[in-house]
Amino acid sequence: MNHKLDFTNILQESPGKRGETDNGKFEFTYKAEITNVYPLTDTERLYQVQIIDEKKRSQFTFRPGQFVMLELPGIGEAPFSISSSPVRHGDIELCIRRIGNLTNFLAKVERGTQIGIRGPFGTSFPLEEMYGQDVLLIAGGLGLAPLRAPIFSVLENRSRYKNVNIIYGTRQPSELLFTYQYEMWRKFDIDLDIIVEKPDDGWDGEVGLITKVLKDKYADKKDRLRDSTYAIVCGPPVMFTFVCDMLREGGVPMQKMFVSLERRMHCGRGKCCRCNVGSTYTCLKGPVFDYWSIMNMKEAI
Amino acid sequence: MIFKILAKQEMPKLFQVMSANRIIGPVEKGADRNGKTIYAFEPVSQFEKLRLDYTTTSRPAKSYFLPSKETLCTFKVTPQGWDKYVDFNIHEPHIFFGLHACDINALNKLDKVLMNTKYPTPYYTAKRKNMFIVGIECMPQPFCFCKSMGTDTADNGFDMFLTDLGDKYMVEIESARAYNFLENVETSDPTEKEHEEYIACIAEKNRNFCIDVDTTDLTKILDMEFHSDVWKQWGDKCLSCGTCASVCPSCYCYGVEETVNLDLQSAVKTKQLYSCNLLDFAEVAGGHNFRPESGTRLKYRYYHKHRGFVEEFEESLCVGCGRCDESCLADIRVPEVIKSVRTGKREKTESGES
Repeated sequence: MNHKLDFTNILQESPGKRGETDNGKFEFTYKAEITNVYPLTDTERLYQVQIIDEKKRSQFTFRPGQFVMLELPGIGEAPFSISSSPVRHGDIELCIRRIGNLTNFLAKVERGTQIGIRGPFGTSFPLEEMYGQDVLLIAGGLGLAPLRAPIFSVLENRSRYKNVNIIYGTRQPSELLFTYQYEMWRKFDIDLDIIVEKPDDGWDGEVGLITKVLKDKYADKKDRLRDSTYAIVCGPPVMFTFVCDMLREGGVPMQKMFVSLERRMHCGRGKCCRCNVGSTYTCLKGPVFDYWSIMNMKEAI
Repeated sequence: MIFKILAKQEMPKLFQVMSANRIIGPVEKGADRNGKTIYAFEPVSQFEKLRLDYTTTSRPAKSYFLPSKETLCTFKVTPQGWDKYVDFNIHEPHIFFGLHACDINALNKLDKVLMNTKYPTPYYTAKRKNMFIVGIECMPQPFCFCKSMGTDTADNGFDMFLTDLGDKYMVEIESARAYNFLENVETSDPTEKEHEEYIACIAEKNRNFCIDVDTTDLTKILDMEFHSDVWKQWGDKCLSCGTCASVCPSCYCYGVEETVNLDLQSAVKTKQLYSCNLLDFAEVAGGHNFRPESGTRLKYRYYHKHRGFVEEFEESLCVGCGRCDESCLADIRVPEVIKSVRTGKREKTESGES
C-alpha cells in the first residue's frame, strides 16, 4: 500500500483566486522601461517609467498617494511614491533622490534600461472627499514627490475644488524640485508659495520656514480652515510635527488632514514588518494616514 | 473530533507506515554545560531516534517553513533585459512528528498573517499546505507560560494529537489523512476509565505551571505606559542581538537583498529573517533611523506581539514557549517585562542584576 501523502500545489489550488489573493502573483513584477531621465537637482532625478506590455500598461491604475516597488534585478528593490497623474496609467513618473544603494545605481543607468515594477500599494489621498472645499498642500523638500500626483489630480479636476494652495519649502533654492512647472501651476489657478531657509545670491522670494507662510496667510482664517479646508502634508519627520500642530491650532479638523509617511518597506504587502509604526503596517494602512490615525499611532512622527 | 486509544507498542509500526514520507521530529543533540539535554527538530528515519518525551527544543521547527534564509527568485540578466524565475522551495509533503501545542498555535498565528490576509505569502503557504502534523502533549518547563497566553492546548492546526497515558496514547484525530494512517495499526475506542486518565493528565499539566503572566487589558496598558522608564531600563540591558527573534516560533519579520552572481548574467533575490531588535531594522535610505535606541526597539517588539497583533487578530503573537527567555544572553524575560510595564517598575531578579 502506498502511504505517500499527496503534494499540494498551491498554484493549482482554488483557481478562482485572483489578484491580491493569488499565490502566483506575489513575486509578479511588471517589466518596465526607463524611457527618460530628467535631472531635477544635483541629487534628485525624475524617471519616466513605462510598463512595456501595452495592455498591462493601460490596465495599470493607481490612486494619488500610492507607491510602487521598483526593482533592479541583482541590485535591489525599494518603495517609491508615484509622482505622475493617475490618468497616465502605467506610464508613470518617479522622483528619486540618489541616497542609498539602489538609488545610487539608478542614478547611473541610462534610458532604455529595463526595470521591474510591483504595485500599486497602499492608501491614497481621498481627493473625491475634498470636492467643493479648499485644498492646502504642504510639502517640505523631497515631500513634493508624493504630492505631485494629487497636485496633478487637482489640476485636472480644477472646477471641483475651491481655493488650492501649495506651500513648498526647501533648505536652499538649489534643492527646489519641479521648478519648470511652477508657472504652469500658477496659470491653472493654484496659489503657490515657495519658501527657502537659506537663500543664495539670486534668490528674491520668501525666506524662512513653511510655518512662516502658514502663519502669515492663515492666522486670521480660522473659520475657513475649520469649515472648508482639507490639508495634505508631506516632508521630513521634523516638519510634520510643527506643520501639523500649527494646522490643528489653526482650526483644520484632524480627520481632514492627511500625511504621507516614509518608511523602508522590504515587501510592500504587510509581511516583512520593516515599515511598522507602533504596530501598524505603513504599507497596508498607509502611507497616507489622516492625522487622527497618526496621533493614535505611537512614534509615527 | 474522533478519539482513539493507541498502545505504545504500536508506535514503531505507525512510524514505519508514515515514513514513506519525510519525517521531522525532536531528536537529542547533546547536553548543555549544565548537563541538560538539548533537543532539536531534525529529519528522523528511525523511530528509536525520535524523542517524543522531549522537554522543549532550543529552536522551533521554523527552519522548515520560515527558513532563516530563502531564495525568493532568481534572474537571468541579458543586455536587453531580464527574466525572473520563482520557486516556493518545497517539493514534497513533510510530516512533523511531535510538535507541542505552543508550536502548533504559533503556526496557526502565522497562518493568520502570512496565509489568510490580503497578499498571502506563497513561500510560507506552499510549505504550510504540505505539512502533516502529529502533536504531542507536554509537561510545563520552568520557562513555559503558554497557559497565560491561552496556547497551552491546540484546538486545530494539526492532523493528530497524542496524549501520553502511560503505556498508551489518547489520539485526537483531526484529518482523514491521519485516520488513514491509523488504520494500519491497532487502535481501540477510549473507555470511560481512559477518559478519566486523560482528564487527570491535563490536570497534572495545569498544576505544573510555575509562571503566570497577567495579560488583562495588556493592549491598553502598553499604550498608557508607552513613555514608561522601564522600556529604557530593559533597553539598557538588551544587547540588540536578535536571538529572541531567531528562536521565536512566531517571529516572521524579514529583509530582502539582491545579489548579482559572479557570472554577471544572473542574480538572486534573497529573503533573510530579521529581528526588530537589530540596530538597522527601521533605518531608511540616507541613514535616518526611526528606532535608534535599543529601548525603543525592544518596546516595539512587545508592541507588535502583544498589542498590534491583538488589535488585528484578537490574539497575541506570543505563545509563551519561553524559548526567548531561556536563550536571552541578557536575562530579559517576557513575564518580567510585562509585569514591569504593568507596575511601572522593574523588579530585581534572582538571575543577577546589572
